[in-house]
Amino acid sequence: MALVGGYLAYLFRHQLAWPNEPVPGFGQVGPDQYNMFVTMHGTIMVFWVAMPILLSGFGNFLLPLMIGARDMAFPRLNRLSYWTFFLSTVVLIVSFFVPGGAFAGGWTIYPPLSAEPGYTGVVWGGNLWILAVALEFVSMLMGGINFMTTTLSLRAKGMALFRMPIFVWMINVASILFMFSVGPLIAGAFMLLADRTLQVGFFLPAAGGDPLLFQHLFWFFGHPEVYVLLLPALGIIAEILPVFSRKPLFGYRPIIYSTLIAGVLSFVVWAHHQFISGIDPRLAMPFSITTILISVPFAFSLFAYIATLWKGSISFSTAMLFALGMIAEFLLGGVTGIVNGSTAADIYVHDTYFVVAHFHYTLFPVTFLATFAGIYYWYPKLFGRFLSEFWGKVHFTLTLIGFNLAFLPLFSVGIAGHHRRIFDPSAFEFLHRIQHLHVLATVGLIILLTGQIPFILNFFLSLRRGRLAEANPWQANTLEWIAPSPPGHRNFETDPVVVRGPYEYSVPGAAKDWLSQGEAS
Amino acid sequence: MLDWLPENISTYGGAIDHVIRTIYYIVGAWFVLAEVVFLFFIFKYRRRPGRSATYQPGTSLKALAWILLPVALILGFDLAIEVVQAPVWEEIKQQLPIADYKVRVRGRQFVWDITHPGADGQFDSADDIQAVNQLVVPVNRKIVFELEAADVIHSLWIPHLRLKQDAVPGRTIRGWFEATQTGVFPLACAELCGSGHGMMKGELHVLNQPDFEKWVKEETAALLEVP
Repeated sequence: MALVGGYLAYLFRHQLAWPNEPVPGFGQVGPDQYNMFVTMHGTIMVFWVAMPILLSGFGNFLLPLMIGARDMAFPRLNRLSYWTFFLSTVVLIVSFFVPGGAFAGGWTIYPPLSAEPGYTGVVWGGNLWILAVALEFVSMLMGGINFMTTTLSLRAKGMALFRMPIFVWMINVASILFMFSVGPLIAGAFMLLADRTLQVGFFLPAAGGDPLLFQHLFWFFGHPEVYVLLLPALGIIAEILPVFSRKPLFGYRPIIYSTLIAGVLSFVVWAHHQFISGIDPRLAMPFSITTILISVPFAFSLFAYIATLWKGSISFSTAMLFALGMIAEFLLGGVTGIVNGSTAADIYVHDTYFVVAHFHYTLFPVTFLATFAGIYYWYPKLFGRFLSEFWGKVHFTLTLIGFNLAFLPLFSVGIAGHHRRIFDPSAFEFLHRIQHLHVLATVGLIILLTGQIPFILNFFLSLRRGRLAEANPWQANTLEWIAPSPPGHRNFETDPVVVRGPYEYSVPGAAKDWLSQGEAS
Repeated sequence: MLDWLPENISTYGGAIDHVIRTIYYIVGAWFVLAEVVFLFFIFKYRRRPGRSATYQPGTSLKALAWILLPVALILGFDLAIEVVQAPVWEEIKQQLPIADYKVRVRGRQFVWDITHPGADGQFDSADDIQAVNQLVVPVNRKIVFELEAADVIHSLWIPHLRLKQDAVPGRTIRGWFEATQTGVFPLACAELCGSGHGMMKGELHVLNQPDFEKWVKEETAALLEVP
């Protein structure tokens, strides 16, 4: 799905750089198609790439291993969750091929545009979009329940809550955030479906409804969702940094506490998406304060990650490079969020490319850099073989260059006043002066996409040809490295017993610079 | 990056730019500082033979002070930003000044319908001037607008005024601006509103008082001529 999302990005990015010229490999992009592409790019990347990979993918594989469990608490619920997700994917793909095409009302599906098919000309594409997203959320909900139950009930002997790896903490906090925020959105989605099909009028003013109600429901979910994606990514990074700097994670408990605080705060920031939406302007100030305050716990975590490097002994495997790259890039995404969080500045930057640049600097490191870090790090555990480090470094270099080239110019594009989702910037004379930045960004995207070829080849070729890996090739402490590579049906050969915290590296007086968290019983 | 800001032509635009600049310098300094420390650590503590890592779990308050101090500073800067921006927001969005001139703006797929009150200064009278995509206002006057949407959500976006406000069907949202320069400036829709969203554009004409009065007179005359 990431390839589909990337291809859609290529189509509309090309159109932005060279308006109304046919796109090589596709042809002419029209305004309706343009809206469809941006809508589906956002939908796919957030709901079908970031969330399933970070939560379900890494979570399902790592969580039982890291807490020393033989399997998830509800293996059948797990399979049901998987097949529901599969079904949701089918529904979403089908929506591209129904008459009228896929949905084109923006990934935030604001009514009334999304509530009356006549406004976009997309009938079935919209209904299927809602159905697909609802199914996907049900699947994620089942997954989250499974994670929490597994964590609470199946931990190995000695695995106290405050001995769990940060990743396990993060997956659980993310699951809780998802569980509490998704209800309003599923309700909103079905109300919208009722509006679309039965003209019920929840969100239609002519029938007594209110379009802003939907925005509240959507962002009450939508903003915590950002942290649902961010937390597992921070968890992945927290597992990798200590191993490759041979140091304990700096401030293990405070990181957990600050994550919990951020989790609570994430529920009271949603209206910063609505500063200029027509809500009472007096509402803006409290939401601005909570939004800017949420930078504090995340600043704490990031500083703790950076402090982990301090007086370490850092080696640069590809996994570590991606982890470091994630932190370096995410910092820019984090600080630019303050601009959007400030009500007065938001009047100008809202719905411009500044926002696009900001959330790509947040979500790209989260979704892709952290995922790649995780894949390079755990690939030996998954398949018993290493990925090629050489091609990994080529992949890293191209990804980082391409990403920055694609998104750094967009901050300037936004400051120049370029509003989002317009199909042809050349129609606006005041935007002519930034046209070259669109070209630059598109070249960046092409480098970024091309840069993924070495990764894909590396991933599949290494399955057979990669260097063989022993059980614990990185000399890491957490329990998954006690299990054989790849882990067998019941994960561990004998049940592990946990005797210490997860990040005991370079302990003074110890014989070696790592002490595994568990011992075989 | 901030050099790309379009020229400001409104009384409050300078204050918005000031907020953006203030945030830019504060977070920019933090960003550079964090990256420099980060890169310095990566370079200084790279693996070298004969040197091993130091055990620092960061459990004591003393060790954590290295993080808590900058975090406390960030908290301080956050509040400072809030103090700088709050009055600007209040001036622009929370208070409506006494209007020198009123105008109605209504977004519809994919045009802006603009109603000028005409010579009598009253809406819903015979001399109301209806314009499409043309917002004509006098310079140095407080303009209060009533914003509506006919079908879907639109967003009135006039970059040079630093003005953006969503138009929501079913609501009338009031706002204001005061232009400080005459000229013609772009006006656009900033909220996705369908296939023509990217083409939904208009012009803001800021005229000096005599020109503006002349324009009103001519338009009204043209209106009343029609049998």
